[in-house]
Amino acid sequence: MCLAIPGKVAHIEEKDGIRTGRIQFGGITRLACLDFVPEAKEGDYVMVHVGFAISVVDHVEAERTYALLESMGVLADELEANGAAPAES
Amino acid sequence: MKYLDEYRDARIARALAAEIRRRSNRPWVLMEICGGQTHTLMRYGIDELLGDSVDLVHGPGCPVCVTPLEIIDRAIHLARRPDVTLVSYGDMLRVPGSDADLFHVKAEGGDVRIVYSPTDAINLARTLPDRKVVFFAIGFETTAPAHAMAVLQAERLGLKNFSLLVSHVLVPPAIRTLLASPKNRVQGFIAPGHVCTVVGCRDYEDLVHEFHVPIVVGGFEPVDLLEAIRMLVIQLEEGRAELENQYVRSVQYEGNRPAQAAVARVFESADRKWRGIGSIPESGLFLKPSYAAFDAERVFELDDICAQEPAECISAEVLLGHKKPTDCTAFGTRCTPEKPLGAPMVSSEGACAAYYQYKRHLVAL
Amino acid sequence: MPPIINTNATSSPSESANGDGPKDLKAFSCSVPLPARDRILLGHGSGGKLSADLLQEVFLPALGNPVLDRLEDQAVVAVNGVRLAVTTDSFVVKPLFFRGGDIGSLAVHGTINDLAMGGAAPLWLSAAFILEEGLPMETLKRVVASMHQAAAKAGIQIITGDTKVVEKGSADGLFVNTTGIGSVRDGVSLSASQAQPGDAIIVSGYLGDHGIAILAEREGLEFETQVNSDTAALHTLVASLLDATHEIHCLRDPTRGGLSSTLNEIAASSRVGMELKETAIPVREEVRGACEMLGLDPLYVANEGKLVAIVSSTAAQEALRALQSHPLGKDAAIIGRVTAEHAPMVVMRTPLGTSRIVDMLAGDQLPRIC
Repeated sequence: MCLAIPGKVAHIEEKDGIRTGRIQFGGITRLACLDFVPEAKEGDYVMVHVGFAISVVDHVEAERTYALLESMGVLADELEANGAAPAES
Repeated sequence: MKYLDEYRDARIARALAAEIRRRSNRPWVLMEICGGQTHTLMRYGIDELLGDSVDLVHGPGCPVCVTPLEIIDRAIHLARRPDVTLVSYGDMLRVPGSDADLFHVKAEGGDVRIVYSPTDAINLARTLPDRKVVFFAIGFETTAPAHAMAVLQAERLGLKNFSLLVSHVLVPPAIRTLLASPKNRVQGFIAPGHVCTVVGCRDYEDLVHEFHVPIVVGGFEPVDLLEAIRMLVIQLEEGRAELENQYVRSVQYEGNRPAQAAVARVFESADRKWRGIGSIPESGLFLKPSYAAFDAERVFELDDICAQEPAECISAEVLLGHKKPTDCTAFGTRCTPEKPLGAPMVSSEGACAAYYQYKRHLVAL
Repeated sequence: MPPIINTNATSSPSESANGDGPKDLKAFSCSVPLPARDRILLGHGSGGKLSADLLQEVFLPALGNPVLDRLEDQAVVAVNGVRLAVTTDSFVVKPLFFRGGDIGSLAVHGTINDLAMGGAAPLWLSAAFILEEGLPMETLKRVVASMHQAAAKAGIQIITGDTKVVEKGSADGLFVNTTGIGSVRDGVSLSASQAQPGDAIIVSGYLGDHGIAILAEREGLEFETQVNSDTAALHTLVASLLDATHEIHCLRDPTRGGLSSTLNEIAASSRVGMELKETAIPVREEVRGACEMLGLDPLYVANEGKLVAIVSSTAAQEALRALQSHPLGKDAAIIGRVTAEHAPMVVMRTPLGTSRIVDMLAGDQLPRIC
């Protein structure tokens, strides 16, 4: 359940009394309600579920944790290159 | 696409899988709750990457699958009314009720429409003032805030022709039922990351303490799920039982306060029947009496539409992780996506459909 | 990995993979009743399994003959030694006008393409209209002008036609049927039953453009996009391909049901398996974005200006070059191979190196929230 995908807030406007964002998902744009993320600004990424933003992507946390994953991937590559058993066929 | 593609990185995924296989000394039984997570596991063949290091079972994380038969029948009844426009997410259209599904009703002439967002349903109600627009509001906690906002928006606009047929279920009570069952095999859980984005982690921490079982809040991409599985395996190998958050880019411990406030304003919890499982206490959301004007059950007096729940059937066993879809004698033969016998085969998030669609070449049929 | 079990109904319950298997077969069957199948559903027109069922259960038993039974996109018949291809197609798209095209251009291109997939040069089209009472005259004029333009650009003429009007509420504005006749090139024999293990599977460009362009304008699902329908006449692309090599075994245009339906049909017809490489399949960023948002798989989204070519492995590079040298094939790519294993399943190698089935859907693919 809960198909929510990250999109970039391109523009914020008010529509029918609701704070609404124009959200870009890889080249397409759709409106989403931003009432649950009052702190969202243009340029932020938000997770959008059925036309409602439910969180602002924490880019600091994302970068921190991803760096760890990246190093794991790099290490595995190095081990493989050095003749260790391959990670997966 | 940013924050999506990086979490599908093959090299990182394989490295995580190798780490899991290295650290795991027995096939720990792990369950992911959410249908979206099941979908990813199947689509990317994660079980293949992990081999025997873990035994993945799939939980009741498919609101489509667990919507009780009588709610489907009520939706069908409404859709058959000439004055009603029934608006639904795509997921629900093929789920069998007692004698039909919404696709059939559409074929018979019923006004059934698919939307992406409840906002579209509100817009339909505004542009069709002579129709009674009923929105089939299904989902877990993730979707409840959007539905709450739809009700509040309808109230603000003074819409007289808009109502919700609500079928919302809450995840923690289902996990509690599962863990309390003597047949439970699950040793660790991946909690649903978008549910937790809304409601936060406290309920899951309570479960950790009550049952001494590790729970990791996980995202939806292959790297997210493998990382969450890795965190669970390490906990299990070290004999720990804690709540951890893998999905830090979206989930905060407190969850989303404004979303929770909207839900609390409009909905209240009560006991709920889960299709195939039975009644689970305090596991459903219902519209508060103050919003009766937007409650299709009350507006249309649907109380006398009840359905006979089928006799004990393997749906329940699959939904609770006691059995796999492939254990069902009808799997892939008498029960297929075109001729489903039960809900887990209909919804693309149902465990049976996922197995059938992605994995049956590994099973001799 | 799921245990290998035999789900034959006569097998003993104790043979199920788990030790604590069911003691009584009946107790473990779902008793939810099967829905009645006595009416046509939208899914019967989706190009997936329901459509295939309709052919097998209704049309073939009543109408079957050696030509029809081959179930190709076109019928090839011989008249005084000359091979002609004949095909017919009806167009019911809604909305009538969309980014990159309209029902008129679709109707012309679609039928030309069905002829081209049989190796035929298109010669003439007929056009039959079913119009809803109350349809604005301006709308009809726009559609007809578009048809003329598409036909002229393709170098063919619409030589006969028909018009019927139905009562308001019966026809969604406008339906068009086009029937086409073409001449089959000498020495060319293309068929869905000719795929061989080892053959390369090639697509002529980006997948999913048409379906997404249509969905972007569908009420309830609207979104902003720059994606245009890819509707185009492919006969000159096919001609370039056939000029380059004689080792083309099959051509198909993956319309309703998407690439997945087409490949599954070919695999079943040829009794072969297929293996695809997910990272090789070309999909535009915007199409991907739309599919991610709606929970759709691009493999099931309709195309109207693309072809799939099944080509012998020795001719694959030549075929690819021929496609890429043509404006309609510049993004062509080899996406997989025909195999002898796991016939008739189409299997996808994921970016992680694992595998999954690419199945035919029962009916239309639906957007989902789960």
